[in-house]
Amino acid sequence: MAKSKTPLLDELEKGKWPSFVKDIKQAAQKSPMAEDLLQQLELSYKDKIGHWKHGGIVGVKGYGSGVIGRYSDRPDLFPNVQAFHTLRVNHPTGWFYKTDALRKLCDVWDKHGSGLTNMHGSTGDAILLGTKTEHLQPCFDDLSAAGFDLGGSGSALRTPSACVGPGRCEWACIDSLDVCYNLTMEFQDKIHRPMFPYKFKIKVSACPNDCVASIARSDFSIIGTWKGKILINPAEVTIYAGSDLDIQKEVCDLCPTKCMEWDGKTLKIHDGDCNRCMHCINLMPKALRPGKEKGATILVGGKAPIVQGALLSWVVVPFMKLEPPYAELKDLIERIQDWWDENGKSRERLGELIKRVGMRVFLKAVGLPAVPQMVKAPRSNPYVFFWPEEIQKEVK
Amino acid sequence: MAKTDIGPPDYKTMLPPVISRNYGKWLYHEILKPGVLMHIAESGEALYTVRAGSPRLISTDHIREICDLAEKYCDGYLRFTSRHNIEFLLDDKNKVDPLIAELTSLNYPVGGTGHAISNIVHTQGWVHCHTPATDASGPVKALMDEIYDYFVTMKLPNHVRIALACCLNMCGAVHCSDIAILGIHRTVPKTDNTRVPNVCEIPSTVASCPTGAIRGDMKAKTVTVNDEKCMYCGNCYTVCPAMPIADPDNDGISIWVGGKVSNARSAPKFSKLAIPFLPNNPPRWPEVVEAVKNIIEVYASHARKHERVGEWIERVGWERFFTLTGIPFTDKHIDDYDMATETFRTSTQFKWG
Repeated sequence: MAKSKTPLLDELEKGKWPSFVKDIKQAAQKSPMAEDLLQQLELSYKDKIGHWKHGGIVGVKGYGSGVIGRYSDRPDLFPNVQAFHTLRVNHPTGWFYKTDALRKLCDVWDKHGSGLTNMHGSTGDAILLGTKTEHLQPCFDDLSAAGFDLGGSGSALRTPSACVGPGRCEWACIDSLDVCYNLTMEFQDKIHRPMFPYKFKIKVSACPNDCVASIARSDFSIIGTWKGKILINPAEVTIYAGSDLDIQKEVCDLCPTKCMEWDGKTLKIHDGDCNRCMHCINLMPKALRPGKEKGATILVGGKAPIVQGALLSWVVVPFMKLEPPYAELKDLIERIQDWWDENGKSRERLGELIKRVGMRVFLKAVGLPAVPQMVKAPRSNPYVFFWPEEIQKEVK
Repeated sequence: MAKTDIGPPDYKTMLPPVISRNYGKWLYHEILKPGVLMHIAESGEALYTVRAGSPRLISTDHIREICDLAEKYCDGYLRFTSRHNIEFLLDDKNKVDPLIAELTSLNYPVGGTGHAISNIVHTQGWVHCHTPATDASGPVKALMDEIYDYFVTMKLPNHVRIALACCLNMCGAVHCSDIAILGIHRTVPKTDNTRVPNVCEIPSTVASCPTGAIRGDMKAKTVTVNDEKCMYCGNCYTVCPAMPIADPDNDGISIWVGGKVSNARSAPKFSKLAIPFLPNNPPRWPEVVEAVKNIIEVYASHARKHERVGEWIERVGWERFFTLTGIPFTDKHIDDYDMATETFRTSTQFKWG
């Protein structure tokens, strides 16, 4: 038997978890690009270093984003991945697919690229991994004909994403899928033509469980919530009481606000004390449901570390009703992006700008009132700024 | 000329009829067994979801195999999760077990639901990135092989979200995960003074440094790096290709723990440093796999039911976390970035470990 050219990667074909190496080898049966990717990756495993060069601006006509340029630093050894660019394809909201659409995507990619994908990338796009420069435009043309479009990259609005929401979840307080799709269609220009200081991400979760990590991973986080009483179905509470679930220990004792009382028969919730964390509802989905007045909390500024450090999003609108055509929401997004675009330095994310100039300045600029829900506690230092108009002028 | 700005296909055309009929009208759900969800609508109709793992990096033929299965068992309707899992959406309960049997025969792991370890969110690594400090798919595969059992069962105190980013750019933002695996560099970038004037913009290169370690040298049209201030984030390299930072002997992996994004019980929180450095040891990263497995096992045996990793650690105290896991505490664990003092202990209330 011939000796394997990829002894290191072969080790990753072993084991129970599905192997990406098997998938690369499968694609390599048809594509010389995938074959060279495999060989270059083996070299990386040997050298303990990546073998891709820095960036390169490539794209399709009329767009400034959606394609990530990539070139091998060893084209002498791996000529078929000398250029190996990625296309980001905007996924159907909620990552729902009918197989005919998926098959079309596969056919386009087999025709123009390596046959390798990520389902999906971190922002949410379907990633078509690796093709040559001359294939980019024909590939985009075929994608467009198949009903697909590119997502965002660079200093653009990135492809918005949403949790499964009302598609399959009883806890959905907003129509996360529709909000996401509506914003995606409204802001096509911002997605495809980078015009911001840096990237801008929008993620929509339909309840505080935040299944798309919007609070950690988006500059503009939309998280469903409610006002008023948690709906209780006493008959179902009784059934839970007879099950394995220990209502006192697992539900009431773990409630962060201690707003629940259980006497062995009746479950009482002091809704005024509830902070809508979802724990009780998560544990007793048949018995408890979010309240009737539904909307979203809007938070801004979330991001990963680069450049000035990681941030979780901050509450700026405690409650906003979200109903089509989402005029109030879109207006707020526009106001915030305009202010950021005007004041942000190159590669400064929204959260970093707010941190630099102060939340006070941000709120005034975008016209939002300061409310206690925005802070964990008021300031403890006396370094307070006042606006000129708040100071009594000297009378001459 | 292709049409532009058409946007993604309308998701409503991708929904199975059982979802279209019951959209927004779901009543409750149950996890019937690992990997199988049952959602009941107000109408009484049921939707069955079968969740299977994937390596994220998949070939078109693999996608076609998934399509074949979806067509055979659920009229061609499926979705992917935010953690790269595949979900088959069925309206016929009788097809659930045959689908699982076929998935199992094709080596798809079925699970990732409830108090389990779901798939690992991860980045490109050496497969396709120009700034990685480690590979992504490789360490993930090696680790999932080892903790496979936690994917196909639901025996942990709560779910454990693991994520891997191959450098500090974190295009897979890992900073709020129960366990985060983060590629790091440990040596300063090597400035190529002959190339900087041609390929880099000096002001933006200076501005790219979070600690102000880079100064412009306008005379020589290049930059200088203050080695003592550099914490090897690699952001300058992102802006200026003439400052390569990758170092095969010193790049590696750090481990972070205790983050979460859900609001359930405690507020969302960042992951904190557990292990500052483990070596890159391809193809199977044994040190990383062992370290993560140890943290999972200590968590599994000490946390109370429903406690996430971070909630468990905050209850017992970080000092005890280091004792229980046997992870050495070092000066690297003490923050020295801009909000550092907020993490210093300002009371006499601590445990002996």
